[in-house]
Amino acid sequence: MLASEASRRILRLGLLSGGFILFAGVIGMIAAFHEREVVDDFISLGQVLLLATPFITSYMAATRLLESGESPRLALAGGLAIGVLSALPTVILLLFNSDDYRYLLDASLKLLPFVAASYLAWKSHAQGNEPRQVAATWLIAALLIGIVSFGFALIFEVKGDLRGVLVNVDRDWVEVVTFDHRRELWTGIGLLLAASAGAGLSGVIMRILPEVPRRALLYGLGITLLVGAFGETVRLILQENLDRDTLRAIFRRDTLRQNAAAMLFIISTFAGFLWAMFGGRAQSEFAALDDSRRHQVRNLGMLLFAALLLALPWLIGRTLSDVAVTIGIFVLMGLGLNIAIGLAGLLDLGYVTNYAVGAYILAVLTSIGPLGLFKGTFTFWSVIPIALLAAMFAGFIFAVPVLRMRGDYLAIATLGFGEIIGKLALSDWLKPLIGGAQGVQNIPKPFLFATELKNPEQLYYIVLVASLVTLFVSIRLNNSRSGRQWMAIREDEDVATAMGIDTARAKLLAFTLSAATGGVAGAIFAAKVGTVFPNSFTVFISINVLSLIIVGGIASNPGIVVGAVVLIGMPELLREFSDFRFLMYGALLILMMINRPQGFIPSKLVMHEVHAGAKPKVSASD
Amino acid sequence: MALLEVNDIHTYYGNIHALKGISFEVDSGEIIALIGSNGAGKTTTLRTISGLMSPRAGNIVYAGRDISSTRADLLVLSGISMVPEGRGVFAKLTVEENLDMGAYVRTDGEVADDLDSAFEMFPRLLERRKQLAGTLSGGEQQMLAIARALMSRPRLLLLDEPSMGLAPVLVDVVFEAIQRIASEGVTILLVEQNAHMALQIANRGYVLQSGEVAISDTAANLQRNEVVQKTYLGID
Repeated sequence: MLASEASRRILRLGLLSGGFILFAGVIGMIAAFHEREVVDDFISLGQVLLLATPFITSYMAATRLLESGESPRLALAGGLAIGVLSALPTVILLLFNSDDYRYLLDASLKLLPFVAASYLAWKSHAQGNEPRQVAATWLIAALLIGIVSFGFALIFEVKGDLRGVLVNVDRDWVEVVTFDHRRELWTGIGLLLAASAGAGLSGVIMRILPEVPRRALLYGLGITLLVGAFGETVRLILQENLDRDTLRAIFRRDTLRQNAAAMLFIISTFAGFLWAMFGGRAQSEFAALDDSRRHQVRNLGMLLFAALLLALPWLIGRTLSDVAVTIGIFVLMGLGLNIAIGLAGLLDLGYVTNYAVGAYILAVLTSIGPLGLFKGTFTFWSVIPIALLAAMFAGFIFAVPVLRMRGDYLAIATLGFGEIIGKLALSDWLKPLIGGAQGVQNIPKPFLFATELKNPEQLYYIVLVASLVTLFVSIRLNNSRSGRQWMAIREDEDVATAMGIDTARAKLLAFTLSAATGGVAGAIFAAKVGTVFPNSFTVFISINVLSLIIVGGIASNPGIVVGAVVLIGMPELLREFSDFRFLMYGALLILMMINRPQGFIPSKLVMHEVHAGAKPKVSASD
Repeated sequence: MALLEVNDIHTYYGNIHALKGISFEVDSGEIIALIGSNGAGKTTTLRTISGLMSPRAGNIVYAGRDISSTRADLLVLSGISMVPEGRGVFAKLTVEENLDMGAYVRTDGEVADDLDSAFEMFPRLLERRKQLAGTLSGGEQQMLAIARALMSRPRLLLLDEPSMGLAPVLVDVVFEAIQRIASEGVTILLVEQNAHMALQIANRGYVLQSGEVAISDTAANLQRNEVVQKTYLGID
């Protein structure tokens, strides 16, 4: 690789990283993340964001540079440059924002049209245009850009600061990016530049380190940051199992104390070191075991996991059990939708329909409020099968008109059905039955014998059992004749027909079975919340379920569980960032599609596919 | 009595009149070749017989029963099996799973035996039984498609362009296999652009031209027919 190419790549990555940090600041993400301290009185999540960006960028850049045969010294210089470049846009905005240097902003806004127009004119000249055209280019560009930038200059002058335009460029943001040196601006800028450059450098150093210490340090850093960022959650878990004094030694309120963080870092680095040193050997030894022993080890693992699942509510306490129930509801839906999408390849975007049907059926049949039809005659348990059948019926009804549709058209049609359900729930027409916008209230909690299952810890077991049953059924389906017929349809509908498969019936079956768990999930949701509103049943439910399948790994049951934990659990735990929830969601989806399109835990089949797709020599199937 | 009788069928793609009254018959145990150039209606004829498309006029009688409007999946049950154009293997399933799919309609317990005989006929597939079908070579995919079609124990096998895109060596292998299948009593309706190969193994042949039967004769006569020689065999 040419040196100029290397420096261009460094420049591009650095500006990208700087642009991201600037963007995160301007939309208020950095200030919001600053609210959560990762290590007490030392570093906040906002600052982690500020430093992790150059760190990761330069780590990636170093990987590319070293792989293309560049010297470590150049990589180090690149890391330094990326660090500085990452901070640069923010530094410029800081200057523009300060009272003393506001004139810089004014000057650059007023200079911008001339500089930009001259650049464009020069470009035009270089392309061999006539002088008249060049002059016209200059004039038009200067005028157009001038109107905008003089306009902004005027706004800033009238408003007196940047907040008139950039709402989030406020005191909080300045505090974070100057590391609490708002008053001594230049010290702050120096600190920011130094910290960012340091982060960039350490990214490269980390890359240059030999494998074992590198992995150990990355584990240590990762775990410490994770525990710190989720301090509140970790504390809630520990609270169930530790006494107050120990807890107080580790946490100050919800934040990891400095010495606890240091201890954690040392321990996790050491653990990472052990794993990096001996993990490979453990794996190879495991692989060398004969089959029966390997099964034993695996069964032992499964047993431990099952025990963990059973004991979970006691380990994590009430708040987190509530989150676990929500996750479980989405696992149920994910497993159900996977029958349509993963097995039969039917892109169903109206899955919320089944969820809503289940929820409303339970609500209307069991509610003891004014809208309850039977006022407590029906119990939760007797309604669950009814909700399941009703959802299946709804799935069946909605499948009939779309049987002949394929791919995108199917997706659009089902999306429409999802919307129809939402509108029906809100409608005046059904108001006497399901209460319109007020919804159905006073849904009793389920009873098990004489005990009311009113805590999330207890409801957790209902979700757990339902999920396990669904998991079992879907594993069995996967290996059944029906599973195979769905797979054939997913691959090629015409050929499937030529094999003697009644595709209409197979698709109906897929939609109907897929709807079943949606109904159960809806019913459990209704019982958990106690009220059912139309607002709970939006297209976002369908999209959430679809995303968790895709992120976890399509057609992969363990993947769906992981996807639900990541996409449903994380946002629940990071509620204070709810403003940025969809931004992060979107970013995660894009990153996943670029770097790991097969999902976190891909099914064996999809792994083959992605793998085979990478090899050019594979002959096309048609 | 003929196993398959096609009587004056007309098939349309929307407004396009693709088959303009095609008639022919296939007797039990025969190999019949449909030859013709691109767009003559060969594939459409096969798709109409197999039920993937339905004729607007005319009828198709199979084993004494009118099947003109019978659904494709039910025809598989009554013994018609098709090897679609371009092979149509399930690329993301393994060879063995593809063969299992071929036996989808079977309810007897002898599928495993047929699996063995499929591997006997095409040893290459045995070597690759756990491999994804999409990773096979074109010739192997064709063998797989044929073997898969046989898994439903058909009486009538419809083959759509089995030689398409294959190396000459593999074309020979595939045609030998077709002859062997025929010798086991399966009736074969073969659609081919490679008229030379098709007429070598067929008993009788029909030449299709823009949706109509232009010539029908025994294969031997067709090979000697001047028009056929000129147009389809490249002999001047």
